Amino acid sequence: MGLEAKLTQDGFLTTKIDALLAWSRKSSVWPMPMGISCCAIEMMAVGGPKYDIARFGSEVMRFTPRQCDLMIVAGTVTYKMSHVVKKIYDQMPDPKWVIAMGACTSSGGMYRSYPVVQGIDQFLPVDIYLAGCPPRPDNLLNALIQIQEKIGRTKGRDFQNKPLSELNVIQNN
Amino acid sequence: MKEIILNQLNASLPNIQVETSEFKDELTIQVQKKDIVEVCKVLKNDSELKFIHCIDVTAIDWARRKDRFTVVYHLFSLKNKFQLVVKADVDESDCNIDTVSSVWRSANWHEREVYDMYGITFNFHPDLRRMYMPEEFEYHPLRKDFPVLGIPGSLPLPKK
Ligand code: SF4
Repeated sequence: MGLEAKLTQDGFLTTKIDALLAWSRKSSVWPMPMGISCCAIEMMAVGGPKYDIARFGSEVMRFTPRQCDLMIVAGTVTYKMSHVVKKIYDQMPDPKWVIAMGACTSSGGMYRSYPVVQGIDQFLPVDIYLAGCPPRPDNLLNALIQIQEKIGRTKGRDFQNKPLSELNVIQNN
Repeated sequence: MKEIILNQLNASLPNIQVETSEFKDELTIQVQKKDIVEVCKVLKNDSELKFIHCIDVTAIDWARRKDRFTVVYHLFSLKNKFQLVVKADVDESDCNIDTVSSVWRSANWHEREVYDMYGITFNFHPDLRRMYMPEEFEYHPLRKDFPVLGIPGSLPLPKK
């Protein structure tokens, strides 16, 4: 591997902190599996050995939002569920990314009716919209790779400390 | 089976009006809404009938008809292996009917669903809350005058 070869030559390497941080961030994106309906089945397939999301460093699906970087919203988000999705998103520590997986999540899909949110971008900042009903597992991997590229381009100054008031944390009484 | 049902109903409740109709081997009896609990009690408890399984309670919105709604009860008798439909008309101006959840406990949630979707109130229901829509929602989505895409702003979204 490239890294070991460099280390055995001279014992040190030069890089930028930004590049190192972005590299480590993008190589261990921990997803929050927000599996709400049928798309979640394809998301599970990605976790399985055939497609194997572990090849991209994202096998650690955390079921607590507090340890996650990436929210995969897989399924039909109803208005009732939207508050739960948002609450979980708010609990994820910054920096965080969102994949809108499937037609339902991106646009309401075939559920053009009163209970379904017509696109979760109405209440969440979405990074990748993933086409398909459901999208094939390799398509989800493609989305993950694109998220990784996006993370790879980030700089340290993109994530400056924000005062608590700006974070808009939900205060539960 | 039709004769047995009508005979037993007449024997127990001589004063009620019952109309019957048949469609594709399915028997429907139409009763007045004030009689619904009495009829259901007989259907369930009569030793000949024993309609002990309340499959579903639902409703029909006829939009422009005088009696706008019809509440529909699907019953099944395990003893006779027979499915029966009971219907009762409800008008919009007096949009309520007595609950049959005292007869079949499973009717409890079915009736909540009908209340949620059609706005028909079930008198004496033990727990008449909405089933699917949020509690503070003001409309009844399966009514014919409710737009498919809903009423903008009626369901709150979280802040961005
Ligand atoms: S996009 Fe298709 S597969 Fe995915 S949640 Fe919607 S209906 Fe199900």
